[in-house]
Amino acid sequence: MAEDRLPREVIAMRVAQELPDGGYVNLGIGIPTLVSQFIPDDRTVVYHSENGVLNYGPMATEEEQDVDLINAGGQFLAPVQGMAFFHSAEAFAMIRGGHIDVTVLGALQVSETGDLANWMVPSRGIGNIGGAMDLAAGARRVIIAMEHTTPKGDFKIVQNCTFPLTAKHCVSLICTDVAVISVTSEGLVLDEVAPGWAPDEVQAITGATLKVSRNLKEIAL
Amino acid sequence: MPINKMVNSFKDAVADVPQGSVIMMGGFGGPGGMPQQLILALRDQGAKELTIISNTAGLPGFGSVAGQEVINHSLLVENNQVRKIIASFPVSPSASRPNAFELAYRAGDVELEMVPQGTLAERIRAGGAGIPAFYTPTGIGTVVAEGKENRVFDGREYLLERNLTANYAFLRADQADTLGNAVYRGSSRSFNALMAPAAGITILEVDEIVQPGDLDPEAIVTPGIYVNRIVKR
Repeated sequence: MAEDRLPREVIAMRVAQELPDGGYVNLGIGIPTLVSQFIPDDRTVVYHSENGVLNYGPMATEEEQDVDLINAGGQFLAPVQGMAFFHSAEAFAMIRGGHIDVTVLGALQVSETGDLANWMVPSRGIGNIGGAMDLAAGARRVIIAMEHTTPKGDFKIVQNCTFPLTAKHCVSLICTDVAVISVTSEGLVLDEVAPGWAPDEVQAITGATLKVSRNLKEIAL
Repeated sequence: MPINKMVNSFKDAVADVPQGSVIMMGGFGGPGGMPQQLILALRDQGAKELTIISNTAGLPGFGSVAGQEVINHSLLVENNQVRKIIASFPVSPSASRPNAFELAYRAGDVELEMVPQGTLAERIRAGGAGIPAFYTPTGIGTVVAEGKENRVFDGREYLLERNLTANYAFLRADQADTLGNAVYRGSSRSFNALMAPAAGITILEVDEIVQPGDLDPEAIVTPGIYVNRIVKR
């Protein structure tokens, strides 16, 4: 019987292990935003925000809140040494130009070939593309941090996305509350499972076929 | 005669905006970098059938300190002055709290052209730089690609995107001198500095006016050639 699912913070901790020392990283909204709290002490990561901020640090305290110092999610940033500001075309030149090593994004659906859908729930009929299409198409590595299924239990990892796409063949790793899954040329590979979860239990809540890695591990932090 | 681009009031700065104008609106979405006084003056002036090019279509609460009054281009949507919006982030993230634009869009009162944010930025940059179109990998395989020319370079597929220009740009700068040389503040540079070259008439709403020579020429972000009118907040 499957154990409880991992909390959002633990998904973020697992993703944090993927960020390289000295890497330039763009974090999306939601679970991805939490990742910066869990970077191992021996690593330095430089954060990029597509509204034109490089090298931001923690969020602002209430006293520090300044409408001219926000990230792309509208959160207030603390003023820190070494920040750089630039206009939006330059911010996206950094993304499209291959200067962002990793982006961590949320997802509504990810397909077995690494297609990503994360900007519109069809039932609403309208959504926000924002910077997601550029990040998915331009960052050197796209990691998805999300819950494995919707709150209703619908699959989010699927054979083919039915929601409008953000980009095709862009995702390389999916970190969820029950598993870590690589997108490979041979399909989805189950690399890690949450404590107490068996591969067939993960497969049962996944809408695409998972190959179980020969080196299958438990998610460790 | 010495150049002086100062205009006495926001009312005077927007007085000649005709019906049907295309207007770029700076800022990223929150009150930081938003040309609030120019927006209020345009609401009072009343020009209709406008096309607004901006990152958002006017969001309540985004990037705001709690309790702050929200002044953005939502006011123009609410006042039935907007025919079309070109934006990357048009609606509230929360479906249960729709912004003025979403309500008008559902009522069929306003058109939307949604553009990925980086493509929006580059289209504006190209517009100011005299580049009619460019290829980008963003949007391949998505709804954004529908009806657009594709081309493969070095084995990768790209989309042809056209530039964007406007009749007016309403921008917010932190400091400007009377020649129009300007600097911004923090993350409020975003679309403001980018839009300055892309409009026929660029109007800066400025927090502090300084004299020529007061700004470090090495640090000027928008050179005065792009600026037509300056109004002090």
